[in-house]
Amino acid sequence: MTARSIRGTAAAVLAGTLALTAAACSNPGGSAAGSGGRQDSVVVGIAYEPESLSPLLGYGKDGNSKIFDGLLALDADMKLRPALAEALPRVSADGLTYTYRLRKGVTFSDGAPFTARDVVFTYRTVLDPKTNYASRAELDALEDVRAIGDDTVVLTLKYPYAPFAQRTVLGIVPEHIAGRQDVNTGPFTTRPVGTGPYVLAGWSRGEKISFRANPRYWGGEPAVKNFTMAIVKDDDVRATRLRSGDLDGAILPPNLAEGFAGDRTKKTYTARTYDYRTVTLPTHNKVAGDIAIRRALDIAVDRRAMVDSLLQGAGKPAFGPVPTDSEWFAKGTERPHDLAGARKILDEAGWKPGPDGIRVKNGVRAAFPLWYLSGDKLRQDHALAYASDAKKAGIEIRTQSGTWEVIEPRMKDDAVLAGGGAPGDPDFDQYPLLTSTLAGDGFNNMARYDNPVVDKALVDGRRTDDPVRRKAAYDTVQRELVKNPGYTFLTHVDHVYVIDDAWRGLTTQVEPHDHGLASGPWWNVEDWTPKSAEK
Amino acid sequence: MARMTGRRALFAVPVLGAVTFAVFAVAAASPFDPVKAYAGTAGLTASQENLDQLRANLGVDRPLLARWWDWLTSALAGDLGDSAVLRQPVADVIGERVGWSVLLAATAFLVAILLGTALGVLAARRPGGLLDRSVGSLAYTLEAAPAFWLGLLAIWFFSLKLGALPAGGLTDTASDTVTAGQVARHLVLPAGVLGLAQLPWFFLYVRQGVSDALAEDPVRGARARGLSERTVLLGHALRSGMLPMLTLVGSRVPELITGALLVETVFSWPGIAAATVQAAVSVDFALLAALTVIATAAVLAGNLLSDLLYGLADPRVGFDG
Repeated sequence: MTARSIRGTAAAVLAGTLALTAAACSNPGGSAAGSGGRQDSVVVGIAYEPESLSPLLGYGKDGNSKIFDGLLALDADMKLRPALAEALPRVSADGLTYTYRLRKGVTFSDGAPFTARDVVFTYRTVLDPKTNYASRAELDALEDVRAIGDDTVVLTLKYPYAPFAQRTVLGIVPEHIAGRQDVNTGPFTTRPVGTGPYVLAGWSRGEKISFRANPRYWGGEPAVKNFTMAIVKDDDVRATRLRSGDLDGAILPPNLAEGFAGDRTKKTYTARTYDYRTVTLPTHNKVAGDIAIRRALDIAVDRRAMVDSLLQGAGKPAFGPVPTDSEWFAKGTERPHDLAGARKILDEAGWKPGPDGIRVKNGVRAAFPLWYLSGDKLRQDHALAYASDAKKAGIEIRTQSGTWEVIEPRMKDDAVLAGGGAPGDPDFDQYPLLTSTLAGDGFNNMARYDNPVVDKALVDGRRTDDPVRRKAAYDTVQRELVKNPGYTFLTHVDHVYVIDDAWRGLTTQVEPHDHGLASGPWWNVEDWTPKSAEK
Repeated sequence: MARMTGRRALFAVPVLGAVTFAVFAVAAASPFDPVKAYAGTAGLTASQENLDQLRANLGVDRPLLARWWDWLTSALAGDLGDSAVLRQPVADVIGERVGWSVLLAATAFLVAILLGTALGVLAARRPGGLLDRSVGSLAYTLEAAPAFWLGLLAIWFFSLKLGALPAGGLTDTASDTVTAGQVARHLVLPAGVLGLAQLPWFFLYVRQGVSDALAEDPVRGARARGLSERTVLLGHALRSGMLPMLTLVGSRVPELITGALLVETVFSWPGIAAATVQAAVSVDFALLAALTVIATAAVLAGNLLSDLLYGLADPRVGFDG
């Protein structure tokens, strides 16, 4: 071959390859859909993408999945209401048996009827150790589930667990599809079929998840026909795309949401949350384990200043996992910022200021390290503010950043800037956080908190469903946290959303720590109606 | 040429094998814990028993060599395994996305080469002229600018200020069908940004190569023979000035891959980027190994391509066969 003919061949091959690549990339049969801006479609920007859309792997386990329904669901006030069950469950007198009668005439979006067998399949599968369901501990109380006929399901518990009904918001999957494949990696994890208000129209990983209204939905076909969640990880890009009209709504950090304050066509929603930031004070650390140090830190820290400066006001001071505006909050356990009081506590306990201003007792310097997750700006800000407040009381806190892999082996002795929060029942946060037998069990009770009075109150709180006795139990826990704070709770962080002011029915639910797909004003998008249609 | 290609392909086999083993070894030695990555936020409330069970289910407690051998043998048999982090077969993960990444990278590469060459030749024609100085300083600025930042800038200007181009995604956000027209419109910004980020290298090499060549004897001779300026520039100077750039074509491939990762993130482009990052930080062995094989193959192919082009452009070089 001569160089010239080779050149020609090479060029032809190159051109051919490019054409092929381009052809392979264009999806066949793609007809142009109508343009945006229709009154029956909503596009929102979210920051996190789920790994899977299968409830068997955790999607929608806390309710509000767009594709699935649980036996029960939570309304705007976080009260339980029936969903796939036709009424709230009948609970036996000993609190061990929950009986659900199922709604009749419900079908999955493929047309197959929903029956008790699907419920049994769903719960048995998530309880199966071979299923990679990471939240199995939440269903620890569940012993067995069985069907009676086609329309009744009985769940039996190992021990009485008052908030159990709230766990039955887990989405129910069709046995005739999910039961025929590998539940961990099968196609159902990305192409799910459920009974919910929406069916999955497409999931382009890293770009968007789109939903179409389910015409067979038992609750009536939603007015918003097309609902799209665009995945935009970067905060600035999300704000930009919202401004350009590409998105109708988005979750934004407070400082970026402020930029939309003057925009009449958009409304800002601030969702109350259980999302707390706290510092673990490890019981085994000579300094952080000392009750005087813990109490001093608890009042030396200026929570108000953190809310105002770190959260731009979008949050509340936290005195425990329960937010101050929750009905479960024990009134009177608020601790105002009191630096003089903190110094007094330390003086009385024998922590005397050393030559460098850091206090010393029996040769032990009042110093310990505090870890925060690297790359998490909010946690870093909290850690630095905490260390600076502690310094004023004579306690030296060295902040260090690391990934969980670095932090985890040190959790026993070093403090960690942690976050969490599950709305609903106070048991959900407090039991794993404070029970002494769960000390160091995975990420449970990271501080190894050990207080017999709290242990007893936590068990009392979960074993009775008498509201008065439950309230008393959780009041006890919160009062004990004042006497011996094993954690310094800093703030509850509000989540801020900006969305076009074009629909009726927008509210926010109380939100958990993680920003699941269920959070945001679109938690009930199936109930929205366009404002323009009501003229 | 065919012999060189064949030999390189043969040589690629042990390289790819070694690279996958290295990936498994590095991933196993990394401090990241696949179980924690798998569980995500749920892991922060999971019990130890739950986490231990997950570890057994995922098979990540087995020895490194056994895991690698299993992966390799089943991969050779056509089964790439399941991606733990994305909960689906690796073949599906790659099949769904790699086409979009190739489209993005190829378009960007083409933009960079064509534009870089054209500007380079024009600048070399009048060294120190207005075009040379302005494009030259712009090239140095671009070289220093991260692709990520360029992307944000482009969104701000073209999407927000002008409203001319979509700010992200593969298709209009509200639509759930994929059409060639929409993809083309959505491709402009990411491919432009990625191409622009690569452009300085090509521009600077071509400019240098061509202006050196313009000063050499063959060009002076050609001029003396009265050939037109156009023939001299494109036929003589560009041909020898292109040589260093051809080597560059191959060596820019890795840079192009990493650049594409950043650009895909900024523009929510549904390519392989997000999966790569997730696979790496989640120690998702099966996915990571498969992606590494692809990237390595791309780099090897890039090198081969540049050697082939070199041989074609300069008959003196020949093929190492």
